[in-house]
Amino acid sequence: MGTDKNHLFDNAKNVKRFLYLFYGSCGVLFILDFVVHRHIILSWENLWGFYPIYGFVGCIVLVQAAKWARTYLMHPENYYASEGKGCEIMAEFEDPPGVEEKSVEEKHCTKPGDHNVDD
Amino acid sequence: MWMIEIPPFVPFFIGALIAAVTHGLLRNVLMVSIPIISALHLSMVPEAVHLQFAFLDYQLIPYQVDKLSLMFAYVFHIAAFISIIYSLHVRDTLQQVAAMMYTGSGLGAVFAGDLLTLFVFWEFLAFSSVFLIWARRTQRAYAAGMRYLIIQVLSGIILLVGALFYALENGTLAFSYIGLDGLAGCLIFVAFGIKCAFPLAHNWLTDAYPEATVTGTVFLSAFSTKVAVYALARGYPGTELLIYIGAAMACFPILFAVIENDLRRVLAYSLINQVGFMVVGIGIGTALAINGTVSHAFAHIIYKGLLFMSMGAVLHMAGRINGSDLGGLYKTMPKTTALCIVGAASISAFPLFSGFVSKSMVMAAALENGFNWIWLTLLFASAGVFHHAGIKIPYFAFFAHDSGIRVSDPPNNMLFAMVIAAALCIFIGVYPTALYALLPYETGYNPYDASHVLAQTQLLFFAALAFVWLNLRGVYPPELRAINLDFDWFYRRFVPNLLQKIFLIIWKKDKALRQYFLSTMDRFLIFLAKINDGISIMLSRTYPAGSMALWVAVILALYLLLSFIN
Repeated sequence: MGTDKNHLFDNAKNVKRFLYLFYGSCGVLFILDFVVHRHIILSWENLWGFYPIYGFVGCIVLVQAAKWARTYLMHPENYYASEGKGCEIMAEFEDPPGVEEKSVEEKHCTKPGDHNVDD
Repeated sequence: MWMIEIPPFVPFFIGALIAAVTHGLLRNVLMVSIPIISALHLSMVPEAVHLQFAFLDYQLIPYQVDKLSLMFAYVFHIAAFISIIYSLHVRDTLQQVAAMMYTGSGLGAVFAGDLLTLFVFWEFLAFSSVFLIWARRTQRAYAAGMRYLIIQVLSGIILLVGALFYALENGTLAFSYIGLDGLAGCLIFVAFGIKCAFPLAHNWLTDAYPEATVTGTVFLSAFSTKVAVYALARGYPGTELLIYIGAAMACFPILFAVIENDLRRVLAYSLINQVGFMVVGIGIGTALAINGTVSHAFAHIIYKGLLFMSMGAVLHMAGRINGSDLGGLYKTMPKTTALCIVGAASISAFPLFSGFVSKSMVMAAALENGFNWIWLTLLFASAGVFHHAGIKIPYFAFFAHDSGIRVSDPPNNMLFAMVIAAALCIFIGVYPTALYALLPYETGYNPYDASHVLAQTQLLFFAALAFVWLNLRGVYPPELRAINLDFDWFYRRFVPNLLQKIFLIIWKKDKALRQYFLSTMDRFLIFLAKINDGISIMLSRTYPAGSMALWVAVILALYLLLSFIN
């Protein structure tokens, strides 16, 4: 398995090289905007750096919106696992207190090995 | 030529039967050969009505072939072939049988020439696919499967009611253009919409798909929603409402996908996003737009299958699929990593990959028809899909921080299936003419125009730049062990809680009312007894029963005595 063989991105230099290559490509693409003559349908498309800026800003907005949404939407993993619990009406149908409840982890989480019923 | 009259679902149903009674190598060989034989058969089938009969006063057409249905049938065969290879190692008869039934039902639905046949296969799809979820055999999969089944069956029932109204309104059950005029049209639209994962009706998908088995999800991703897309394309082309629904579908799931931890659920959200593009195409309804929808469905089934297969491989080998638990897998799963990146590039519509040549038709159609804001929304969705499916999936699974997990690439059959899918993604991207030749309309569209290639590459590279920038600044939302509430909260939490509270109040009131009634009855009886007391004095109810017996005995004795005296 090559337990601790040095892999491509283990070397910080390689990560940097990759990133510089990426920044370089972005720069070239941006410059090409002024070189390539576009066939356009919408006047927006002719705006200076329309596609690059739209892609960049769009994604920042997306991530910030998602982060903001997370403050309302995020809940513990076992949020739904307690379905039906705390219900007074159902109390008499529930297990007697002596019966030990399995933890949520045990009940719902797939452990390595038991995820695959196939073989 | 009796062979032609055999509808394509038949070989797959026979396959299900074979899968049920065979096992081992024989089963594998037979299962792989069924989509091949069926595809060869299909390639000889001309466009026409091949099977029809009268039922009551209506003409039923269980097998009708045209370009639109053929296109979906071709890709269903490809998807079935790839998915079967991917699941060859599975030793679970339940899954094999369910998968064959499910594929057959999908094929039955796209060749249905009337609404009743469509309804039958619509329900078959639901009942066969749910076993692919239940086959995971966890409590969570069981519950998710149950919710999935209820929603799917509900969609089928609405379709049936709609079909009956349609027959009443139009005197025919033939499945052609329906439109939104009339109650029947609206009902059928809702039924299609549920299966198509319209906003607010989409949670069955994000709930159930990630809970299915590793191989089951690959099958699931191919058929249900695409049958719905096909049905919408046949029944509602040019319905403007679909443009707005589709744009919403393309946009809102990407928000959830960005913060979702379960990587197969991220893919489920991005599936809705991609179906959104198809729905917009149907809504625009021009030849170019419908071509765009159909070709996007074709390309999508393959690259989405590839992505689900790569994440399935991770789950299969590492036993976990949460982004927070994974990372650094490229070190020991290099092949899976490369194949996943091909899928990611395809869904992101990079030039030379399949998504590029299909999605652009829908975008071009939106522009040509003056839907500028929709086009802008779809452009945002394109950048967004690259962000979560194109970067997030490979990055958090295979790169990011080293999770320390060292598992090898999956078994050869899984790898081989992924290689076929990846090869098709690249083939379609490089040589789109092969795909375009199969499309329903001739439009002469060319995706490889310098402006278009540059625009798309710029959009994607700068979307990636945003990811890199946010990541380096440490503001990118980290993968956390948590879930995000979606609309299903309403039926999983809010409505049950509300009902619980309502019933609690009702039952309390009911209890109080009954107690009041009982105590009133008691008081009334005591009152009667008191009156009785006043009238009957010694025989009254307030005396013990013994005294009454005594008095009876005394009376009898007296009676006896008197009779002797006589």
